[in-house]
Amino acid sequence: MGQQIYFEDVSEGMELPVEVRNPTPRQLVQYAGASGDFYEIHYDRNYAQSTGLKDIIIHGALKNAMLGAYVTGWAGPAGELRRLTVQYRGMDYPDEPITAKGHVTRVYQEGHFNLVDCTIWLENPEGQQTTPGTATVHLPSRD
Amino acid sequence: MSSNSFTLTDEMREQSIGVESEPASMVIEQGHIARFAEAIGDDNPAYTTGTPETGGIVAPPTFLRAMRGIRPELPYDIPFTRLLDGGSDWEYFGHVRPGDTITAIGRIEDIRERTGSIGQMLISTIKITYRNQHDAIVATQTSTSIRY
Repeated sequence: MGQQIYFEDVSEGMELPVEVRNPTPRQLVQYAGASGDFYEIHYDRNYAQSTGLKDIIIHGALKNAMLGAYVTGWAGPAGELRRLTVQYRGMDYPDEPITAKGHVTRVYQEGHFNLVDCTIWLENPEGQQTTPGTATVHLPSRD
Repeated sequence: MSSNSFTLTDEMREQSIGVESEPASMVIEQGHIARFAEAIGDDNPAYTTGTPETGGIVAPPTFLRAMRGIRPELPYDIPFTRLLDGGSDWEYFGHVRPGDTITAIGRIEDIRERTGSIGQMLISTIKITYRNQHDAIVATQTSTSIRY
């Protein structure tokens, strides 16, 4: 884990660093075991294709977790995730790069929280936003 | 595609909204948190050794997805067998730590009928409230599911 980003360093429109992930079928099996979601479309190619899919697909919930990891990584060790929303708009497949991107949409204080709203999303290799979302994080102040 | 003649009446909507699942509980295990963090590809030490900021090991966002069987039952039969997850809205209020006992209850917030590219669909919004052993709400998860 890297450096801490502070509330004072953030402004509207600021981009989050782009991150590329490469989920594998092995990771989907790991996620099935860790989450208890054993729906076969995530690890059994024959089954997935019998339901009309072209291949096994990444769990929506794993993409949700990847976006959570993306934004909490950016918020740093003292950042706190307050809200995370995600919509599943398209299928994503293992063994293809998946890219996380985002930008800051609002910077504000509420009570004792220093809040930052972000628009975040995952993109497939064609550049389509398969998994758009939003996040609200609390960031520490330099004071 | 299903060729049925299901109609969601106003009365059925009213019967559904507010229906709750049975409470489900899970004791949070340190090894489970570590396996989950590894599975999602997150090497944040907060999930394996803890950090000064988190004051010990905590669970990653969405870890509570590992709690199963929180789906409220509709009080009537529906002819749809396929299920799609539309998305989730998580709000976080406190950390989840090893040794905590989390109890979850799901509640139907809304249900609508729609016809789209995949045919007739039943879209339901379910809010799951997760509480710890001190009865403090640690997270809520509002999810949309599509049955067709």
